[in-house]
Amino acid sequence: MAGDHDTAAATLVSHDPVLADFAAEVGSDGPVGIEGGRTRWLEGGVLDPDARLVRAPVGIVDYVPEEMIVTVRAGTPVADVHAALAERGQRSALPERGGTVGGAVAVGQNDVSVLGRGTVRSAVLQVRYVSAEGRVVNGGGPTVKNVTGFDLPRLMVGSLGTLGFLAEVILRTNPMPAVSTWYRADDVDPFAAHRQVLAPSAVLYDGTTTSILLEGHGVDVDHQAAALQQVGAFVQCDQPVVPEGHRWSLAPAELARLDRHETSDFVALIGVGTVFADKPQPSRSLSAGVQIIHDRMKSNFDPTGRLNPGRNPGAPR
Amino acid sequence: MVGSLQRLRSHLPGSLAGTSQLRDVHPITVELRAALSEDRVRDDGAHRSLMSHDASVFDGGNSGPVCYPVSADEVAAIMKIAERHRRAVVPRGAGTGLAGGAIPLGAEPIVVAVTKMNRVLDIDEGNEIAWVEPGVINLDLTNHLKPMGFHFAPDPSSQQVCTIGGNVANNSGGPHCLAYGVTNAHIVALEVVTPSGEILELGGLDAEPLGLDLRGVFVGSEGTLGITTKVAVKLTRNRPAVRTLLLSFSSVRDAANTVSGVIAAGVVPAAMEVMDQPITVAVENYVHAGYPTDAAAVLLAEVDGLDDGVDIDAERIRSIGLENHATDVRLAADDSERALLWKGRKTAFGAIAQIAPDYYLHDTVVPRSALADVLEEIYAIADRNDVLIMNVFHAGDGNLHPLIIFDGRQPGVLDRVHQAGAEIITASLDAGGVLSGEHGIGVEKQKFMERMFTADDLDHQNRVRQSFDPGCRSNPGKVMPMGHSCADIQALRAVPRDVWG
Repeated sequence: MAGDHDTAAATLVSHDPVLADFAAEVGSDGPVGIEGGRTRWLEGGVLDPDARLVRAPVGIVDYVPEEMIVTVRAGTPVADVHAALAERGQRSALPERGGTVGGAVAVGQNDVSVLGRGTVRSAVLQVRYVSAEGRVVNGGGPTVKNVTGFDLPRLMVGSLGTLGFLAEVILRTNPMPAVSTWYRADDVDPFAAHRQVLAPSAVLYDGTTTSILLEGHGVDVDHQAAALQQVGAFVQCDQPVVPEGHRWSLAPAELARLDRHETSDFVALIGVGTVFADKPQPSRSLSAGVQIIHDRMKSNFDPTGRLNPGRNPGAPR
Repeated sequence: MVGSLQRLRSHLPGSLAGTSQLRDVHPITVELRAALSEDRVRDDGAHRSLMSHDASVFDGGNSGPVCYPVSADEVAAIMKIAERHRRAVVPRGAGTGLAGGAIPLGAEPIVVAVTKMNRVLDIDEGNEIAWVEPGVINLDLTNHLKPMGFHFAPDPSSQQVCTIGGNVANNSGGPHCLAYGVTNAHIVALEVVTPSGEILELGGLDAEPLGLDLRGVFVGSEGTLGITTKVAVKLTRNRPAVRTLLLSFSSVRDAANTVSGVIAAGVVPAAMEVMDQPITVAVENYVHAGYPTDAAAVLLAEVDGLDDGVDIDAERIRSIGLENHATDVRLAADDSERALLWKGRKTAFGAIAQIAPDYYLHDTVVPRSALADVLEEIYAIADRNDVLIMNVFHAGDGNLHPLIIFDGRQPGVLDRVHQAGAEIITASLDAGGVLSGEHGIGVEKQKFMERMFTADDLDHQNRVRQSFDPGCRSNPGKVMPMGHSCADIQALRAVPRDVWG
């Protein structure tokens, strides 16, 4: 039944010598870890020191601005991709904080301006990764809309390289807004500010100051900024500094109950639920039932546990 | 939505399309009734026969008992009974799927219809989500949210009847997914029942839930990983300003080029829909929305946001249309004109009944820049196979919906319809596209999966399936091509005792 077309599909992957070389390097035996920019190196646990380290290939393979997609090797720095996109007036959902594309996808954390840029999980259209057996596997497809088969790209986002090592991804890109401006005000209700404007790209609150990123047509941004005055004395400002440290994941409504005693200093993303805090988030873990599916997924994709040993995206944190 | 006015004969292997009759009261039915209630477990022939179809052109086999649970606990009980009896289950919403995802295959599987689980449980404005049951109708949800200033963004053409559970299973799209994304982007958390009867919550309301994105892989899995019993959907704020434009063109190519031009210019409209002349004429005769019947193609483009911005975007779309030889550009004057234009677009499939009694609606995606070439090829395919093909499609994301229109009473026409469909799929893949943008694989496109994926790719997809459903008892025989899912074959071949005795 497959005939010529099966061969054609196989050709897409196996005839790319860069991917084939990477697959050969990963191999099919012994513990192996993958290294990107090490910007989130301890995420999900400490890599087993016995693991041999590999790096994903580097480079932008294809960029088609009018299709709003970019094909990029996983080892490419996010900054390089974003520089190329910016030349054509576009950007992606990947966080602007250093590191590689593969690392950003494998970790799956969103940018501070996720409300405007979108989530990493929605931006990944296609993945090519090397399996525990050393094979190149393709999931998803190159179009912005695709429901063909099981959604391997979604599974890879946030999997910390424990199911396969990303070699190449196709990302959805988006037009850069005409205007991006931050505004800030002290001692205002950040939730009221969030409700006051339509689709802000970010609303940050540190217990005192509320900072809002408004993006879009200049005239819309001006009108939204004027509307904000009904909530507080917002003034234009530089992009606020978001502290590194511990990253909490809360429901947006839980932010109203944030207790500075628990978090120490914090910056919360209103409308999102992410909190950057000095102290770690109280421990959270998977339910027993979800853990069973997790364990099966890991053993089905990596029966010998050789990929990124020591890391676990579901580990209690 | 009516998917077909006459059922085509499926090309499924006869051995998989079970043909036996159930006894009056089968032991499984007795157990199911004890777990649910007498009236919510049906095993009469008429009911089971009804369940052997969905809106697709494919015939299923006989279903086993048909269950209408009202809670996750009842779904879990059904799963456990099914497991004990080694019987498969087929989840079902409104049955509007066009790829055969809800038809029963094999040895009289238990059909689990979630249509009685149809409550909006909670509107949680603080978290900008709503918890709903899977049987809630898509448009009912949006209407329910409207007074609060929200809507549910995915809006498939079947939204008046299709269920949220079905949207989750198929990762449904719709015209307005161009800017807002398909269902997966709007599902925050799911309560699901696994094939072994465990009730799990996948995902979560928090920003970045711990662990693998099991919610993400469950969405779009076409009922093969379990049954959704509760859904946390994202609330999308209604935009205060909307502009809807209708552009007319003297060629389909000009319309397609306009679509590419708009995206290339950095404008992402909420929707960009194209209809070719034959379907436009049919729609106009049906709804009298003022669509131009002399245009070779029309483009319905909509932008939303704030007042000034939408005027800027609407003007850019207008000028890009004119650069691409638009013969007319009309801006909907008010909400009622906008509603009428959309009514025309969304009832397009009903409108063709005036032309021929039967249709087969296809669904592929191609790169936007290939739209014009692929459409020309589709018209050539129609000529070659002596069938009529009309095109109405989500042009903004390259999602084609060629509509093959025919009279099933004509001898030999079905072979030509299927041949044309296969050629459309080939043309789309050759252009760098994918098999499905919205309808899913079901039984319709299993045999084409190997044209898009290697054996290794399919093997890994199967590992996802096996992680949730090692026994392959949830909706077996769907999505994966047969040779890649041995357990599916076993599930389909397993003949329960007392049935064919």
